[in-house]
Amino acid sequence: MKKQNKKICTIIALIILFILVYFAQNRLDAYKIRILNLGAIYVTLGVSLNLIYGFTGQFSLGHAGFMAIGAYVTALLVLPPYYKEASFILEPLIWPFTVIHAPFIVALLLSGLITALAGFLIGLPVLRLKGDYLGIATLGFAEIIRIIANNLPHITNGALGIKGIPEFTNLWWTVGVAVVTIYIIKGLINSSYGRALMSIRENEIAAEAVGINLTYHKVMSFTISAFFAGVGGGLFACLLTTIDPKAFMFVMTFNILAVVVLGGLGSITGTVIAAFLYNFFLEYLRPIEAGFNLGPIHFPPIPGLRMVSFSVLLLVLILYKQRGLMGGVEFTWEGFFRFISRIFSNKKTTEGSAS
Amino acid sequence: MTINLLLQNIANGLSLGSLYSLIAIGYTMVYGILRLINFAHGEIFMLAPYFLYFGVLIFHLPWWASAIVAIGLTAFTGMLSERIAYKPLRDAPRISALISAIGVSFFLQNLSIVVFSGIPKSVHRPAFFTKIFQFGEIRIQSTLFASIGVSIIFLSLLIYIIYQTKTGLAMRAISRDIETSRLMGVGVNRAISVTFIIGSALAAVGGILWSLRFPQIVPTMGIIPGLKAFIAAVVGGIGSIPGAMLGGFILGMSEILFVTFFPAMSGYRDAFVFFILIIILLLKPDGILGTKVQEKV
Amino acid sequence: MEILNIDNITIQFGGLTAVKNFELKLQSGELVGLIGPNGAGKTTIFNMITGIYAPSVNRIYFQNTDITGMKPDKIAKLGIARTFQNVRLMENLTVIDNVMIGFHLHLQSSIASAIFKFSGYVQEEESIYQKSTELLEKVDLERCKLEKAGSLPYGQQRKLEIVRALATEPKLLLLDEPAAGMNPQETKELMGFIQRIRDDFNLTIILIEHDMKVVMGICERIIVLNYGLTIAEGNPKEIQHNPEVIKAYLGVEAQYA
Ligand SMILES: Nc1ncnc2c1ncn2[C@@H]1O[C@H](COP(=O)(O)OP(=O)(O)OP(=O)(O)O)[C@@H](O)[C@H]1O
Ligand SMILES: [Mg+2]
Repeated sequence: MKKQNKKICTIIALIILFILVYFAQNRLDAYKIRILNLGAIYVTLGVSLNLIYGFTGQFSLGHAGFMAIGAYVTALLVLPPYYKEASFILEPLIWPFTVIHAPFIVALLLSGLITALAGFLIGLPVLRLKGDYLGIATLGFAEIIRIIANNLPHITNGALGIKGIPEFTNLWWTVGVAVVTIYIIKGLINSSYGRALMSIRENEIAAEAVGINLTYHKVMSFTISAFFAGVGGGLFACLLTTIDPKAFMFVMTFNILAVVVLGGLGSITGTVIAAFLYNFFLEYLRPIEAGFNLGPIHFPPIPGLRMVSFSVLLLVLILYKQRGLMGGVEFTWEGFFRFISRIFSNKKTTEGSAS
Repeated sequence: MTINLLLQNIANGLSLGSLYSLIAIGYTMVYGILRLINFAHGEIFMLAPYFLYFGVLIFHLPWWASAIVAIGLTAFTGMLSERIAYKPLRDAPRISALISAIGVSFFLQNLSIVVFSGIPKSVHRPAFFTKIFQFGEIRIQSTLFASIGVSIIFLSLLIYIIYQTKTGLAMRAISRDIETSRLMGVGVNRAISVTFIIGSALAAVGGILWSLRFPQIVPTMGIIPGLKAFIAAVVGGIGSIPGAMLGGFILGMSEILFVTFFPAMSGYRDAFVFFILIIILLLKPDGILGTKVQEKV
Repeated sequence: MEILNIDNITIQFGGLTAVKNFELKLQSGELVGLIGPNGAGKTTIFNMITGIYAPSVNRIYFQNTDITGMKPDKIAKLGIARTFQNVRLMENLTVIDNVMIGFHLHLQSSIASAIFKFSGYVQEEESIYQKSTELLEKVDLERCKLEKAGSLPYGQQRKLEIVRALATEPKLLLLDEPAAGMNPQETKELMGFIQRIRDDFNLTIILIEHDMKVVMGICERIIVLNYGLTIAEGNPKEIQHNPEVIKAYLGVEAQYA
């Protein structure tokens, strides 16, 4: 297929997405919008984790920490100063956080940049480690970040967290950021630099032997990944309107990791699909726990049942789809049209044989 | 600080360290054989005190009998989790097994919330374990001796099994090279099951001793000790059993001493543990007693 | 012109001295063979030249630059490329990607222009694609350029690895048993190919090879290693009649005749 045609297809798809978002934002109820928002934020987070883990092959378990940085930075920037003064009850907020105030977009960008800086500083020493050791070290950093947040009441309000964050996040933002994230990370992957990252994943020794600077490329990938994790954290803060250190425990990293693995490592398409499915299931299992009536039988509310069913679902999925939904395969327009034409030709043959 | 206070804290550190050691061994054994971080191990640890609790409360067993049953049941659960959730993934990408392990962890944790309820329960402690010994100014609860003593007994038993029995030989062979072992006719499945049984039983012992020190039990109680024991295993050199023991003591001791020397920073206690982990990984990536495996080019 | 000067290097692994007092001066354009029984230390010498291991004593100079202890990617940038005894391809990437990656070290464009596909980058990428395709044509691999590298037959993987090394535009090329796993026909083609690339790309080549037909057929100078020590050096004729060499090989295997 010609490049020009592909571009046209992509533009048409974006317009359709635009219309869908418009209707979703205006017609759906708040609950459904929230689930979609979460799904879209997970796309941003998942795609960024996929960059460092799926494409670069560096096992990182630090995403919750990066999200935390982004979330706190955004919260402190978008909260109006008078409100901050009122809500920091443990200890008064210190200057300059008392006076700074920025529009949402600036806050998101700054969140990304500051998180990227943290990613750079962490990545530089730890990316020398390999495999599980790298995972453990990044997990350690994420926990340290969380514990620091817990212990700096004059900046983060400690364990109480920050409440009343303006609810700026809507589908325009979450989907918009997801699209930009995909565009940038896909652009990186489909470039000589992306090839270098994948070569590192495939064979470090060979990559180094053809002149790829391992540290430079790994840290670059890690930093970019941290940037988007920070932006995702910022969106997250303005969706939940309340953040506290507990929100950024290892479970958070696990959720994103599960999305990436279930979607298929190294497949952005897979991450997108898995991000939405994950959140749909997580939410739609809620009634199980709340108690329900099945005909005449009444099921009482049982706390914990939702996560029990969810973990069973997760186990079944990973046991039967060991390489994830997409198994590393990516969406392409060629593949899409081949798929469509196959459906049509199938239909024709079945119709033909029926008559 | 007085020398007494220091001694007191060293005693506390030893006692905490012995618990971490017991749990860390399960991590290190499983990792040594399957190269899998068994994230569900913390939940296995949590189950034992619950089994103990219900043994005493519902079945009116004496404490010791209930403890034995609890260890047995916990070991069985550990073995079962491997059969159901890890065995089918032995040839899958390693990350799938890791996701599966975390899935098992969530499952056990939440199932416990459903079955045992999330409200904290108070485990019965025999009078012997609450007794306090007084040495001069140092007060030591008898659980300290119990945990150190029991740890030593079980660790010796473990070393005997691993170095003196046929199953132990099989386990060591598999941890070297699972494929070759399979080809040489080593009973891989059996040895892996035994590994999970032993690891889970030790975690159960750790869990029961833990409940003697901290009698309030909740379904989420396994998360933090599990994570710390895992760090202990890594610090000591994951895959190495003496390393896991050493790592457990280092971690327990440094945690207690950190709080002793920097009481104002006690909120950073867990951060300090992670800090040690990262420093050790950066200086000696394979842990203190781990063996360096260099890839031949 | 002298391109490589290895000054008396030694390396130990634990108690084992894998290479001892190895010396080599290489003139630009030479094709030198490095032979010796299994475990003699041949691959280890390549690993030291390319920075994977650092020798314990003395130094290595490449075009008068001291490269001892430099990182492998730096050394590759200076113009030394290699293949591996146990083929190391980017198995899940396509054949053409495996070649294009070799050109990455010469890439001028910034990350931003690569992400957003600025025209400067697009041109560079296009020229890399062209050059890679041409290289693949030289070894008849352009037909399968969109296949996964890991799915190629072993002999073709070896060729692909040589092409990848060529893509880095080296001055010195180190080939570690390139003929292993090739049938006689392929081996014959390979010999021609090695001589051709030396002339076309003005290369200096060191060749490790167990197949004596290859070594004797194309190398002008041969160095024989045994237990880490250089036991002989000379042209193919001299080596064939050197009693030390015969002893070293007969002691291990009688394949050499
Ligand atoms: N990383 C390492 N650690 C320990 N020993 C090593 C290492 N690399 C090589 N050796 C040892 O050094 C010696 C030389 O190995 P080397 O691979 O250089 O031999 P070679 O001449 O290439 O043999 P072959 O023809 O079998 O490829 C061998 O005894 C090998 O076991
Ligand atoms: Mg060799």
